[in-house]
Amino acid sequence: MADHKEGGTTTLHLVLAWLLVGVPLTLGVLQTLINAMKLFH
Amino acid sequence: MTATADAGTATGWGGWFNRSRTIAKPGYSRWMVPPAALCVHLCIGQAYAFSVFNLPMTRLLNGSHQTPADWKLTQLGWIFSLAIFFLGVSSAVFGRWVEEGGPRRAMFTAACCWAGGFLISAFGCYVHVLWIIYIGYGVIGGCGLGIGYISPVSTLIKWFPDRPGMATGMAIMGFGGGAFIASPLSVWLMGKFHTATHVGVAETFIVLGLIYFVFMVIGSIIVRVPPAGWAPEGYVAPAQATRLISKNDVYVYDALKTPQFWLIWWVLCLNVTAGIGVLGQASAMIQEMHHVTPIAAAGFVGLMSLFNMGGRFFWATVSDYLGRRNTYFVFFVLGIVLYSLVPWTGAIGSVALYVLFFLIIISMYGGGFSTVPAYLKDMFGTRYVGAIHGLLLTAWSMAGIFGPVIVNYMRAYNVSHGVPKADAYNTTMYVMAVLLVIGLICNYLVKAVHARYHMKPEGEDRGGDTVVDVGVAD
Repeated sequence: MADHKEGGTTTLHLVLAWLLVGVPLTLGVLQTLINAMKLFH
Repeated sequence: MTATADAGTATGWGGWFNRSRTIAKPGYSRWMVPPAALCVHLCIGQAYAFSVFNLPMTRLLNGSHQTPADWKLTQLGWIFSLAIFFLGVSSAVFGRWVEEGGPRRAMFTAACCWAGGFLISAFGCYVHVLWIIYIGYGVIGGCGLGIGYISPVSTLIKWFPDRPGMATGMAIMGFGGGAFIASPLSVWLMGKFHTATHVGVAETFIVLGLIYFVFMVIGSIIVRVPPAGWAPEGYVAPAQATRLISKNDVYVYDALKTPQFWLIWWVLCLNVTAGIGVLGQASAMIQEMHHVTPIAAAGFVGLMSLFNMGGRFFWATVSDYLGRRNTYFVFFVLGIVLYSLVPWTGAIGSVALYVLFFLIIISMYGGGFSTVPAYLKDMFGTRYVGAIHGLLLTAWSMAGIFGPVIVNYMRAYNVSHGVPKADAYNTTMYVMAVLLVIGLICNYLVKAVHARYHMKPEGEDRGGDTVVDVGVAD
């Protein structure tokens, strides 16, 4: 299915959808990584 | 195009949930489905972070210290156990309903159960009645876990016939990653609501419940199922079924009659048993075997969680190229070797090797979860894969009991018989290796499902749906 037909998914839809889940996940992973680095101190 | 009979009466709110209303229109990108699935899995993955509430919930009455009337940690431990138990039960019981009702209805139901569980638990904290929390988070929230966990699986497989492992791996990775968000968020919220006499757990439950409800409902709004006969551009389905990838569907309850279902059940159960036991005891194990500080041990646990999450995506994606049975073959052979070598890392005092071995082991534990939906799809087809996956998750519930019990009791037995603490886990590691040998044999015995279990063409099948033409444009 093409991305830009009427009523379909736009690039903006895709970016927003992935940001919605990607941002909190990335923040959580970074926080865990910072804590995990204590293993090497 | 065909869809289920309920499509004909799809009106109002009830109609909005129907599968027919979720059929993608032209121009819909399949790459919207993984974020929809992640909206659900990242929320229900909070379950792995529930332990952050345990200590504050032992001080609900006073806020600063525990009083005799406060709840004990042992009582609170049942909340998580109940939730995981009802995850297995609900995914098995509601699997067929989820499959036939479509992903939107299932995701919305999961959102109501999951958020409702939090709100009921907040009330339980407020009135300080523990059984309300058992019912709220444990039973109702647990049903939200089970329904939410399986809700996007078959939809993802249908959108990504070219890469089913990668697609389900993304969603199930979200379940592993949910704790990374929930843990710091919960601590931050409790800090905001905390006063000298109040720990702020009830308010945190309310806020979390509302946030999760919104996220999960967004997932249910953006999810779509592909039109019948849809295939990705350039994708040509293999004309012939390969030896271990069936082109035929098997009805959900007929799958239970096949040896393949039970072999894969044991494959999952044994792979999870080996991983879940060490995951729960990782902090204590590295401290006792390698004498690292508690802070470093906490760092090790965090690193394991990251590999648990990353392994879910990595191994499921690899399985699209290696094949599902071969991927589990790698899990078992590598697992046997690594578990057998863990005592040796203790003997030579190598923390680095110990950490490396367990990170690989835990990545394969996560990979076991994320690869199994595609394994089921290969064996039983796509029609009822979500429901069959739901039934298979009872293996997880079983492993959740056996894994920690084996590790805890064997360690306790060894210590009580004079074995030094640093060596107390050695026997357990060898037992885990033996379990993986059994898993390896079960995996080896998996062959193609016999043709007598295959569903008949649509209209004659036993799935319960009357198939009608609804004339949806695509």
